[in-house]
Amino acid sequence: MSHNEIQHDASHGSVKTYLIGFLLSVILTAIPFYVVISGDFSKATTLWSIVILAIVQIWVHLKYFLHLNFITESGRANSFSFLFSALIIIMVVGLSVWIIYASNAMMMY
Amino acid sequence: MSTVSAQIDTKAVSHEHHDASGDTIFGFWLYLMTDCLLFASFFATYAVLFMNTAGGVSGKDIFELDFVAVETAALLISSITFGFAMIAAQGQKKGWTLNWLLITFCLGASFIAMELYEFTHLIEHGNGPQGSAFLSSFFALVGLHGLHVTAGLIWMTVMMIEVARRGLGNATVTRLSCLSLFWHFLDIIWICVFTVVYLMGAM
Repeated sequence: MSHNEIQHDASHGSVKTYLIGFLLSVILTAIPFYVVISGDFSKATTLWSIVILAIVQIWVHLKYFLHLNFITESGRANSFSFLFSALIIIMVVGLSVWIIYASNAMMMY
Repeated sequence: MSTVSAQIDTKAVSHEHHDASGDTIFGFWLYLMTDCLLFASFFATYAVLFMNTAGGVSGKDIFELDFVAVETAALLISSITFGFAMIAAQGQKKGWTLNWLLITFCLGASFIAMELYEFTHLIEHGNGPQGSAFLSSFFALVGLHGLHVTAGLIWMTVMMIEVARRGLGNATVTRLSCLSLFWHFLDIIWICVFTVVYLMGAM
């Protein structure tokens, strides 16, 4: 029974988990917009803070809205398939950027 | 004896049904993961082309962050209203499910309306997708996300009709769950879009 409840909560979410996720994502959206619009920070600080906050916000959405978890069997299947695609995405985007920027640098472009 | 076997039968059937809906949702999740790869290749294209402005406008000249912040808010609020629709659907509350779906639809539609306004505004000022490699990749990436949201809106309309006519049977709730994954997934893509395209572009 309790196992069923855990499974239910983990795979569906409740009003509370949706509200927590929503509040977190509002904060995590407001900060990067503020940082860029105000322009008070150095370029490196701005860049790193918006990238890190975006990654945290993606994690919040995956946990609270898409209910990814490692507790239930279906949650694990979804989580591992996501991690696999994340690996492929990092390779596709990261390596493309690396190759083209390196070739631009060699062309002194 | 026959009642016992009938009971076992219904149990087996309902168990199978439960598994089938789980399989459907997992299958849809795998589709979303492949969709991620499609977006990843568009992001990679944008990342390698955004500096090639061909002497035309760059992101700094055309992005209006206040406008994008409102777009983002519409999409973010639509995420939680869809969450409430799902909670209502799981509680078999048909009226509330339809109300929340309608609110979600309106928020999604206003997002698309704002995006279309932005695009026509850019094209009117001679900054259409043919202007430069930067503009081509910008229109392709943001437009691809917009097309997905539009598909989500069409799907949502169909689901509202289905819920209104047939109620909240197992199959309908499973379909709603798939649409919920799709909608929240598009929100995650939008986080990447506003970070990589708009915020980094306006820095």
